[in-house]
Amino acid sequence: MALNIVVCIKPVPDPAYYDKVSIDPVTKRITREGIPTIINPVDKNAIEAALQLKSAYGGKVTVITMAPPNATENLREALAMGADEGILLSDRAFGGADTLATSYTLAKGIEKLGSFDIVFCGAESADGATAQVSSQLGEWLGVPHLWNVFALEAPEEKQLRVKTKIENGAMEWEIKAPCLLAVAREVNKPRFISAMGIIKAKNKPISTWSKADLIVEDSRLGLEGSPTKAGGVFTPDLKRKGEMLKGDPEQIVEEILQRLRAGGISIDLDGSCEWGGGK
Amino acid sequence: MQFFQFTEEQEMLRKAVREFVEAEIAPNAAKWDEEDHFPAELLPALGELGVCGIFVPEEYGGAGMGYIERAICLEEIARHSAGLAIAVMTHHLGMSAILDAGSEEQKQKYLPDCCAGKKLAGLATTEPGGGSDYTGQKAAAKLEDGFWIINGRKCFITNHQADVNVVTAVNGQDEKGRNMITTFIIEKGTPGFNTGRHENKLGLRGSITGDTIMDDVKVPEANVLGKVGAGVKIGMAAIGEVGRAGMSAICVGILRGCVEEAVKFANERILYGKPIAKLQAIQFEVANIRTDYEAAKYLTYAAFAKKDAKIPATTDFAMAKYFSSEAAVRSAKRCMDLMGGYGVINEYPVGRFLRDGLASIPSGGTSHIQQLIIAGSTLADFKA
Repeated sequence: MALNIVVCIKPVPDPAYYDKVSIDPVTKRITREGIPTIINPVDKNAIEAALQLKSAYGGKVTVITMAPPNATENLREALAMGADEGILLSDRAFGGADTLATSYTLAKGIEKLGSFDIVFCGAESADGATAQVSSQLGEWLGVPHLWNVFALEAPEEKQLRVKTKIENGAMEWEIKAPCLLAVAREVNKPRFISAMGIIKAKNKPISTWSKADLIVEDSRLGLEGSPTKAGGVFTPDLKRKGEMLKGDPEQIVEEILQRLRAGGISIDLDGSCEWGGGK
Repeated sequence: MQFFQFTEEQEMLRKAVREFVEAEIAPNAAKWDEEDHFPAELLPALGELGVCGIFVPEEYGGAGMGYIERAICLEEIARHSAGLAIAVMTHHLGMSAILDAGSEEQKQKYLPDCCAGKKLAGLATTEPGGGSDYTGQKAAAKLEDGFWIINGRKCFITNHQADVNVVTAVNGQDEKGRNMITTFIIEKGTPGFNTGRHENKLGLRGSITGDTIMDDVKVPEANVLGKVGAGVKIGMAAIGEVGRAGMSAICVGILRGCVEEAVKFANERILYGKPIAKLQAIQFEVANIRTDYEAAKYLTYAAFAKKDAKIPATTDFAMAKYFSSEAAVRSAKRCMDLMGGYGVINEYPVGRFLRDGLASIPSGGTSHIQQLIIAGSTLADFKA
């Protein structure tokens, strides 16, 4: 009786440094150099879900990420929370990946790990927020997958009862391992890291796997394997400008209405809101 | 000389404690200050985090880290609540006396629960006659039929409501007529051992400070901490290198609060159409606050590094504590100056920083006492 659990995490820019984040005008990618990273917040809920299942049924929690080499710090933090092993997938060839190439690379890393019972992901990342990777990863791995899990019970070791959020409510599911679950923040409260956890993490293994360590098709990796191309990125101009209108009140109102219409704002609703009140 | 840098592990600890502090302490700090409430309910969580027993070896339930890590924890807590930080600091103080001077049985009996935050520790030496006149204390201990009978009154005792109390008392005089002092471990609930008045402090509120009254308190000989008559050494070591040291780290936390609040306000407050951070007069204040913070940080952590290296650091801690506490007061005042009228509005934490800085000066020895210690060693060490 033991569960083999994999948790996918993503290092994202620390929100404290958001003012220093910029987007490369040529590649349209986020410039991350020199910006400290944190574990994507909802990925901590994924780690917590894995640790809770491990404490109920025993087993092992492996944390995996595809990221630049300095992501070992984020993995170490996951190990300090209580995970057992960290895997860093890092290679220049993985760079520039969209969600499809990312999920493919993660799938190949998980395949190399061997069998698994449950893969946990966070529902979406704090930076890209596409929310696509978990479902794509479930497809690559060929296992049932659920997204936006906000409640999770495991009445039996490999039999889970899950609730997912939908627009106007929730859906309840029963799902058998092996499966993939992408969790939402409501699913649990991630534990704080303790000093004892930090000391234990020091001796837990972190392996770095490059392209050469995985059985992959080159054309599916990184920028080359990414069908998504950012068309354009811009910062909307939110500056406001004031202008004083002159004339008597009626003239000013007429002028405002004309300008609103000219600006494409619909103000002529079925006549129910006419100037002067009551017809 | 090496570049001063925290280890990866220490940085991770700081981040972990900061996350806890921002979630569980920062939102309540102003309320605890206003109500002078000690959040005893947080102690088990601090135990689980490893903060309570950060420097205690693992075999006694601690995290097995060092004193630099202790300073990191105290700085992070004090960044938002110096009041809670001094309660944790004093908890450490009582535990450190047991760890350094206690028998194996005493360590096994008291430290695990204190590390887990199930019990609160404290150290009571100061008396109405003064804290710095250490050997002049009046509390008396007499050995009768295999039991020590202790009578006396301690005052200004932080954590006077503690479960595990390290208390000093005079057990007689030596051949030169000087007081001999012995340290005892007295548990809460021991008949005759009571808390007296609860002081209404200017700052560091949220930690409980008050009198400890001993009226024919009877404890077995097994409750003597260290040897009979060794109380001066035990008490002074704890106060000098744990208590005073902890106050220094707390003041570094207050100073970081001053830097962060000053920068936040200077960037957000618009005057003459632009943030006041653009004004030179404001920049001078920011520069002074930052320099005080950095200087206090380096003095403090350098002293803690010495302690971890088992090099005597009493003078280093005296300098660190003297500088940091005075710097906390002047930086909080500068931060208030920078904020204008907003500085005295209690919605902002700066007034609390100033009160906490002022209350830090007598805690662990006043600035004058620190100056005496510094001067004493300087006059001896720098003799041509």
